[in-house]
Amino acid sequence: MLDVTSEHRKVALFGGSYNNWKATEAVLADAKRRGCDGVWFLGDVGGFGPHPDRTAEVLRSAELGLVQGNYDDSVGSSREDCACGYTDPRDNHFAQISYDYTLANTHAEHRAWLAAMPASARIRVGEKTVHLCHGSPRQVNEFLWESTTPAGFVEHLCNRYETDLLACTHTGIHWERRLADGRGLVNVGAVGRPANDGRQNVWYAVLEWVDGRVRTELVPLEYDWEAVVAEMRAEGLPEEFVETLATGWWTTCLEILPARERVAGRF
Amino acid sequence: MRLSMAWLDTLWLQVTGTVCNIACRHCFISCGPKVRKHDYMTVEQCQAALDSAKSEGLRAIWFTGGEPFLHPDILELMDAALEVGPLGVLTNGMLIDDALAAAIGERFRNAPYNLEIRVSLDGCTAEQNDRIRGKGVFDAACAGLRRLAENGVPALVAVSLVDDDAMDQARLVEVLTGLGLERPRIKWIPAFRIGREERRGRGYEAWEMLTPEDVAHPETPHRLQCGTSRTVTSNGVWPCPILINEPDFRLADSLDAALGPHRVDHKACYTCYVEGFSCST
Ligand code: SF4
Ligand code: SF4
Repeated sequence: MLDVTSEHRKVALFGGSYNNWKATEAVLADAKRRGCDGVWFLGDVGGFGPHPDRTAEVLRSAELGLVQGNYDDSVGSSREDCACGYTDPRDNHFAQISYDYTLANTHAEHRAWLAAMPASARIRVGEKTVHLCHGSPRQVNEFLWESTTPAGFVEHLCNRYETDLLACTHTGIHWERRLADGRGLVNVGAVGRPANDGRQNVWYAVLEWVDGRVRTELVPLEYDWEAVVAEMRAEGLPEEFVETLATGWWTTCLEILPARERVAGRF
Repeated sequence: MRLSMAWLDTLWLQVTGTVCNIACRHCFISCGPKVRKHDYMTVEQCQAALDSAKSEGLRAIWFTGGEPFLHPDILELMDAALEVGPLGVLTNGMLIDDALAAAIGERFRNAPYNLEIRVSLDGCTAEQNDRIRGKGVFDAACAGLRRLAENGVPALVAVSLVDDDAMDQARLVEVLTGLGLERPRIKWIPAFRIGREERRGRGYEAWEMLTPEDVAHPETPHRLQCGTSRTVTSNGVWPCPILINEPDFRLADSLDAALGPHRVDHKACYTCYVEGFSCST
């Protein structure tokens, strides 16, 4: 098992910046305002937003812990695609546009930084261990959705990784499942893209040691999405991506959604 | 040549074995109305498999056959599975009448985990589909899809593209929208069958086998569905749904005893490896 890297009373966990540097700035400010004594980023710096280097700079100038996402691994190693594994031709088309744009606009120095991120980390919140990862602790691009991640599987992962809690991102939709004994899994959602619920805000999580247990708060975060939308248009990024930030509904990469999460969206 | 699983997280239950209400020309396990090579599984057999898979870290259950909705206890089986994890049912869609569609809809909304109904088509039009699946099958499948849509179930339509029917894809989307599937969820399965048939046509060459290096590669268990799943039928446990008619590839009576390394030297294994084929995609 990995060593515990840091200890916290109250820690902010976020992931999925997807080049949304305004939301990334906002989450760091919000965590500070809430009195968090630490911040961890769970991966995916790049994605469908504008100016990849800006998000990298925001993250690199902040004091925070890092876990690598599949996008970071791909961009860091200049691979051909983001390794999200889409099969739908339309999803692939749009995924490739954002990936090519991100790769072309990420400075070599940032790529080296992305490539060097660790695949996972362990922290303590109060007396409990939290295992941090991007997709799942066993696979960087495994999707853990609420409707397809059974309690028995959460228990299995907690046992196998000898942890009280698991924290992940990757799917872009936040949720939490606790077992009867208090162990469990929290998907912190994403700050780069709204949660396909018709609202423009994005999500992250705050874990706090209170009364002998780790309390999870899934936090809705407002940010200046209009500024990001303007930059995306100026950069000539697809209007489909712009629409997602402006409406809160996903318009691409829908094939990965399980049926139950899919019917909750508009498209 | 044997492959060690990465882990077991997907369980295939051949709930109706090789019994199907139709007999498609391409069915790789030759199912049909009277084919009882693998019979219906009992509720107890399914429960036993679910219980032992659960302790291994199960995260996905698939029902297949044959045609799962022929099973007299199908709703009870679905409930048992959905208690443990998300369930997908592979169906030809023909037996989904109003009562069944309502029962599926109720489970789709209220079960603890996701329920995915996947209806298979072979082609985008009745003409293309029925050539392989039989007369009237396209219309009957569409009727099932319409009833599911009426009950709020967004079925996934898995379309194996035949020959060059790319031209008809837009037409199928229109047909599905007309059935009430507002946002049709379609999985286009590329016409890799052509390549496969071609290869099969001339037979497999001796070199068309996984090599020991392929098998030893750490990514291989993730590339082959047998690297993370097992298939249970009324007759025992196999590595995958493709090989259940191959007695030499049978692993054990029970799931617990079937998790060790398994053979991957069947000619179909080469196709899986090269095409990245999986029954769930
Ligand atoms: S519907 Fe499926 S199981 Fe039945 S005969 Fe056709 S391919 Fe085989
Ligand atoms: S046919 Fe495919 S899934 Fe089945 S054992 Fe061979 S490689 Fe594995």
